Amino acid sequence: MYKQIFGKYTPKKENLIYILHEIQDQHPEHYISAEAIKIVAEYLSISESHIQGVLTFYTMFSTKPRGRNIIRLCESPPCFLKGSEDILRQLRQLLEVKIGETTADGIFTLELCACLGVCGNAPVMMINEDVYGDLTEAKVESIIASYRGGK
Amino acid sequence: MKFYRSHILIGIDDASLAAGVKEIEAILRSELQKNNLSEEINILETGTLGLFGTGVSLMVYPEQTAYVNLQKSDIAEIVEEHFLKGRPVHRLILDNTLVRKYDFNYKRRIVLNNSGVIDPENIDEYLGTGGYEAWEKALTSMQPEAVLQEVKASGLRGRGGAGFPAGLKWSFTAPIKAEQKYVVVNADEGEPGTFKDRLIMEGDPHKLLEGVMLCAYAIGASEGYIYIRGEYKLCISRLEKAIEQARDYGILGKNIFGSGFDLDIFIKIGAGAYVCGEETALIESMEGNRGTPRSKPPFPGVAGAWQMPTVVNNVETLANVPAIITNGAAWFAEHGVEGCTGTKVYTIMGDVRLPGLCEVDMGTTLRTIIQQYAGGMKEGKAFKAALVGGAAGVFLNDQRLDVKMDYNSLKEYAAVLGSGAILVMSHSADMVDMLWSVLRFFRHESCGKCIPCAKGTQLLYKLIDGIRKGKGKESDLDEMIRISNGMLKSSFCALGQSPCMPINSAITNFREDFLARIK
Repeated sequence: MYKQIFGKYTPKKENLIYILHEIQDQHPEHYISAEAIKIVAEYLSISESHIQGVLTFYTMFSTKPRGRNIIRLCESPPCFLKGSEDILRQLRQLLEVKIGETTADGIFTLELCACLGVCGNAPVMMINEDVYGDLTEAKVESIIASYRGGK
Repeated sequence: MKFYRSHILIGIDDASLAAGVKEIEAILRSELQKNNLSEEINILETGTLGLFGTGVSLMVYPEQTAYVNLQKSDIAEIVEEHFLKGRPVHRLILDNTLVRKYDFNYKRRIVLNNSGVIDPENIDEYLGTGGYEAWEKALTSMQPEAVLQEVKASGLRGRGGAGFPAGLKWSFTAPIKAEQKYVVVNADEGEPGTFKDRLIMEGDPHKLLEGVMLCAYAIGASEGYIYIRGEYKLCISRLEKAIEQARDYGILGKNIFGSGFDLDIFIKIGAGAYVCGEETALIESMEGNRGTPRSKPPFPGVAGAWQMPTVVNNVETLANVPAIITNGAAWFAEHGVEGCTGTKVYTIMGDVRLPGLCEVDMGTTLRTIIQQYAGGMKEGKAFKAALVGGAAGVFLNDQRLDVKMDYNSLKEYAAVLGSGAILVMSHSADMVDMLWSVLRFFRHESCGKCIPCAKGTQLLYKLIDGIRKGKGKESDLDEMIRISNGMLKSSFCALGQSPCMPINSAITNFREDFLARIK
């Protein structure tokens, strides 16, 4: 995996965020492991602590293993006004997890995020790369069910 | 060229994708085929149609019929009735009364004039609307200095929030001699409630590229970077395509149009950090670091990306430039008001009938924007407040509905135009909750580099959370104002300087909401 990704990027520090994005996307558990940090540090000739710093700075990166599907519910004011708190309560109940946790079956990780820029359809969440808007309790239930069914 | 009887425009954007537009489009194609209409009726994928919260929508030209909230089961009926028999399906048309009230304002648009009209993934369509004429004009008949002077004369101000004159910014970098200069586009749109840049990039990516080109020529840069949020997948793929097409056509590359000028544009992807909208933090992130702001001076115009002179401009700012070069500064200045020329793209959401976008002249009042371009308030809801400018914005009450929306007029009321986000709230919204949500956002997004912001955002959240839970005191309100004003004076960047605006405005304009939670 690393070889194929490194083939696309010259060993310059400016490519760090790209490389991390790709490694994380390709990892079945969507995270950057300690091993990955070491290998990337070597390739880019930068310190592991620099990478650790970058990883923990940006919300899209995780240093902990995550589920197959990552739910990111927007908690910014426009979604809040439209009831994102109720959606969050429902998601926590449905999935039986707290924010940042992964379900026991490894299918979902529940995260919060800042504005996704789809506020015309608030409340909004993103699952992996797909955006779901105008959320209602019924809609959330069917979306979750469709992923559980193996989408 | 083929001639079609009607064109069906389908707006493909994040919102319509979420509503299942692709499936509907497939059904539409097969229904047209079934009725042997494929040769008569054309389907065009375009950028946003400007309607939100209306599910999947179609716009039919030349009839100008907008179908909204379409379900899969509606398509067969539309094809048979409208396209075969020529009888529009009234029950699916955007409410007639709304059509009269809803104004797309295409005539006055500068930035979004092609959005929702052309296929953003086809460079020929952009060329067909006069695209890249400004670029050709600049390269073949204008000196870089002349381009810069034109932008300066137009009075164009930065559309990212601060409103700094664009021409002036460019003029700091243009005279510097350096081995490399850069244009960086700030497309890290993260201000809550703002999605104008997404719509520009999704709807007309070539316009942004042309703006970058003109800026690069004016300041003598041979590389441009578009720093874009990692979440904006559709924008990224459309821009990548647009850049590829421009390279193929020789619009980007070496010795463009035989002028001897070289330019290439690249995309940089962010990873989720609000503070990266600050220009020096954005540059840090581009270089592969934590996105914390740099000490200024030196300003990026002198020492920016990789310590080279760099102009950082917002997407909307640059998207205005092609029209300025094509039509001239005087034409541009006919839009808007004195000291604040041109148009502004707003995104309106909350308790209005038609949340969405509009592009109107600078200086249009908040009342007009809500009434004319957002269909007014939702049925049964009365206006209470508008949060203008996103989290780093201000809460306005109904006393401010007739204030002109431009950088100068709003300043008189200690308000800001910011990014152009307008969140409209009715009486069911409680300002304590809304401010709580805003301060929770700042607490999360503070980058931690400077103490006033890192500590201040925590303290502010703690105070508002206490009030929200009914454990607050009236003196907490003064304390929040005191802390946030202190942050304004001592924070390192605009992030820490911002919370004072929503706090001051919410507490001043809606004090009764806070007192109700305290007693």
